Amino acid sequence: MCGIAGIIYRDGSEHAIGAEMTRMLQSMKHRGPDSTGFALYGNGENGNLVMRYKLADANTPRDFDFEDRLRRHRTEVEARLVALGGRIDEVEEETPYAFRVSFGYDGDLKLLADFVEDIPEAEVLSLGRALEIVKDLGDAESVHDQYGLADFKGTHAIGHVRMATESEVDIAGAHPYWAYPYSDVAVVHNGQLTNYFMWRRRLERAGRRFMSECDSEIIAVYLAEEMSKGASLQESMHKSLDELDGVFTYIAVTKDELGVAKDELAAKPLVLYESDDLVALASEEIAIRQLVDHEIETYDPYEREVLVWQR
Amino acid sequence: MAAVGERQISYDARGLAEPVADAPRTAVVEDGVATFDARELTTRTINLELRRLLYEEGVGEVVVQNPQGRHSLGVGILRRCRIRFEGSLGYFACGLIDGPEIHITGRVGWSACENMMSGVVVVDGNGGSLTGAAMRGGDLLVKGRVGARTGIDQKGGTIIIGGSVGSMTGFMMQRGRMIICGDAGPGLGDSMYDGTIYVAGTVKSLGIDCVPGEWTDADTELIERKFRIYGLGSPPEFQKFVCGKVLYNYDSLEPSEKKLVI
Repeated sequence: MCGIAGIIYRDGSEHAIGAEMTRMLQSMKHRGPDSTGFALYGNGENGNLVMRYKLADANTPRDFDFEDRLRRHRTEVEARLVALGGRIDEVEEETPYAFRVSFGYDGDLKLLADFVEDIPEAEVLSLGRALEIVKDLGDAESVHDQYGLADFKGTHAIGHVRMATESEVDIAGAHPYWAYPYSDVAVVHNGQLTNYFMWRRRLERAGRRFMSECDSEIIAVYLAEEMSKGASLQESMHKSLDELDGVFTYIAVTKDELGVAKDELAAKPLVLYESDDLVALASEEIAIRQLVDHEIETYDPYEREVLVWQR
Repeated sequence: MAAVGERQISYDARGLAEPVADAPRTAVVEDGVATFDARELTTRTINLELRRLLYEEGVGEVVVQNPQGRHSLGVGILRRCRIRFEGSLGYFACGLIDGPEIHITGRVGWSACENMMSGVVVVDGNGGSLTGAAMRGGDLLVKGRVGARTGIDQKGGTIIIGGSVGSMTGFMMQRGRMIICGDAGPGLGDSMYDGTIYVAGTVKSLGIDCVPGEWTDADTELIERKFRIYGLGSPPEFQKFVCGKVLYNYDSLEPSEKKLVI
């Protein structure tokens, strides 16, 4: 089933989006209790890149040298960042296996991501100047507490509660997906793609990497691929309606934009609320009502609709 | 677990919220009208309070304030009464009802009035997809626009939509009437067996075996009557769509049956 949600403040003002998205996702817990994920956009820290990465999954077996290995791999990640010319400002340990590193770097992001992911079990969850992806098993409140999202201020965010239907219940299979290797692009998706393997083979031949068996990862990489050829987010999303098969509603975000697309059957739900300063969208109105406590006018977009908002 | 949301919900081992609950008994009854605020209540306790008032107290009219878009409210009410929801409802609103007159001042989510048997439901706002799914009788009026597959598998009654409808409206419709004052999405009346769909706006495309029908005086009478009852003003000009019945193949045999005959 899955539940998706998004918020964007149109005037670009900063709000406590970490706590707001948590409230939205917690109210949709019944749509997906397996894992919860957030893609949050801050205003960046003095031009630094932020990388969120994990060195193990939440439910992989813990053997005797698990902690030792984590420590070795963590040192290795930092050494490799420095080797590529990165200037590390700060490393935060969110959980024993997930980290956030803020660093200065001007080089090629694909090279950086590939070099880090070359370390066994390492996965770059997000990389960008504004984007931070946080995802783990459990409901929104437990992820919120584990990763300390209460203080996260930003302009827009998307989130996802997952009921796994196509792939494993682990962090690699949790949404949102970062559009490797492009900075600041992320996607959440509710639905199933039926031409997954066709696109996966096609994109793999083009040099993209896939960290999970989850069909939603395709959308993020597909959009990034289109945008890298010069298309806008809106154009790429329009094109995806013809090129991706299946039933879907997905939300895609970049540094300044938030867009939503629905398949041609309008098979998956989405409720939309637009006001002068805020746009909020979610699988169910109950999530939007967590942000706005008075009665509001909301509607369901139709089939093949693509809507994009700027902050 | 820290309190991030306003409401804390506990789940039992099966993942069910509130397996045991009692009606909160917070309603105030004045002149035969009971009013209660749903803001602090859960879905289960709102429905318990509603049922207590209607079935145990025998109140004829109930006003529910601040439903806040919660799911499955006002479901399975099987007697004549009046209910007003002051706000929006979520999924499965007022499903399986038989008899009540319900007024919702906000919007409804997916599958509103699913399998409604009789009564009247008026929604002032918009509706989600699957509005009036498998409806069997009564009137359902949504003044705003609704999502996809409105009146899917409709088996009776009248659905009136003030705005536009999405794709596959009237999919596999079997009986009843649908009056759409706005535009209709692609695949209107796809695979319908019977029933009538009236559309005032444009139709993006007709579904398989849905064809324009011949207008009769009975159609004019029906539309004028419904517009008069619900105070919708003077009706616009409608097009009528019915089943072409070319998909009716009840007399043809299955391949395995043909072998036996030959």
